[in-house]
Amino acid sequence: MLQCLDLNIFGLDILQSLLALNGFQVVSSNMGNFLRGTVLTLEITALSVAFGMVLGLIAALLKMSRYKLVALPGSIYIDFFRGTPLFVQILLFYFGILPLVFDANSFQAAVIVCSLNSGAYIAEIVRAGIQAVDRGQMEAARSLGMTNVQAMWHVILPQAYKIVIPPMVNEFIALLKDTSLVAIIGAEELTHQGRILYSVTYEAAWIWGAVALIYLLLTRLLSMLGDYLERRLATE
Amino acid sequence: MIKVENLYKSFGPLQVLKGIDCHIAAREVVCIIGPSGSGKSTLLRCVNQLEKADSGKVIIDGVELTSPQTDINKVRQQVGMVFQHFNLFPHRTTLENVTMAPIIIKKMNKAEAGDIAHELLRKVGLSDKDDVHPAQLSGGQKQRVAIARALAMQPKVMLFDEPTSALDPEMVGEVLEVMKNLAQEGMTMMVVTHEMGFAKEVGHRVLFMDEGIIVEQGSPRQIFENPVNSRTQSFLSKVL
Repeated sequence: MLQCLDLNIFGLDILQSLLALNGFQVVSSNMGNFLRGTVLTLEITALSVAFGMVLGLIAALLKMSRYKLVALPGSIYIDFFRGTPLFVQILLFYFGILPLVFDANSFQAAVIVCSLNSGAYIAEIVRAGIQAVDRGQMEAARSLGMTNVQAMWHVILPQAYKIVIPPMVNEFIALLKDTSLVAIIGAEELTHQGRILYSVTYEAAWIWGAVALIYLLLTRLLSMLGDYLERRLATE
Repeated sequence: MIKVENLYKSFGPLQVLKGIDCHIAAREVVCIIGPSGSGKSTLLRCVNQLEKADSGKVIIDGVELTSPQTDINKVRQQVGMVFQHFNLFPHRTTLENVTMAPIIIKKMNKAEAGDIAHELLRKVGLSDKDDVHPAQLSGGQKQRVAIARALAMQPKVMLFDEPTSALDPEMVGEVLEVMKNLAQEGMTMMVVTHEMGFAKEVGHRVLFMDEGIIVEQGSPRQIFENPVNSRTQSFLSKVL
């Protein structure tokens, strides 16, 4: 009795239930595609963060140099990639710049652009971390006779990395979501899988709902990892 | 051992050092006193080039530090410095704080550096604190580790920048004791301090600085008992 009432009031008649069922079936029978897309999304993100950390560290150190000629390339790089949309960067590099250098496939292009983009953000995180270390640390290291590089490597960076971890996890999460933009150049990550499936089945709510849910799951996992790291470092 | 000639230093429009001349002999302990803002710490920091002087010379053991050809890192290995706020490396243990510079700079092996560090920590009365991180030490203990850290590079000269100013009163004595022992072993020392008792007892010579110049200098007895300059007199009347 109650069930009948529910179905009628909310218009959940048999036809719509069937449609919903169809969407569910589309999603469940294509789990393999979603999974492959997810793996690729993670690969692009992980590679980009890894390269981005190296780029970011270099760019931060360049930008902090007291020599203008050294600092300038760092500044330009950071400003460009933070000051333009990632979407435009993807198009520019995939169609404009990379073809001049080598025949990059969409996966390579995705990793290159996301690394460059993430490197610029990480550079500012690293710079803030380095500057948050007490000035006396550098002075103490230098007064012992360490070079600037030795002091940076053995004294400043080991202290900066703790400060840097929480914002770095945020950057990781932001990048994971941003990689969805590389769907436009056909890198077969999660969003692209959704687009392909949608173009065949038109199950928008089900497909994009599933895609969103997977992203949510991934970002939740990452931020839990971040919380764990933060807690562990706090007790150290 | 240390020669400072006609040293000038400004921070923006503020002239902090206005022509400093002083010579410090080997094994001599020179205490620098004076009101805050008189340029004492800046002078000390110019001696090991943590601050770059605008003009003038600093010569240590015959090497002109202010010359651009000088490898400043090489010279600093022979000039230890102790800071007001200790500046120990918080991510390393006490022992590692002391062994770090010899291992990194002198490429000493861990065991050898460890032996030297143990000996130094024993000397400053902290032989039981090897594996402790600086955060777990008291202020006095931190400063003694900082002294051991500086000594690990076997410097010819030690600079002390108000080493007891950030300490609780009951910990001042233990640090001054270590410094006194060091002085008795014949270390050449430049000490910026507000501890007049230490200057009197341990210092061979006292410099009184005010407004960027050395106003008066002499033996502790001369300065503390018969100051000639009126500025010295008024400063001492406030602190003694």
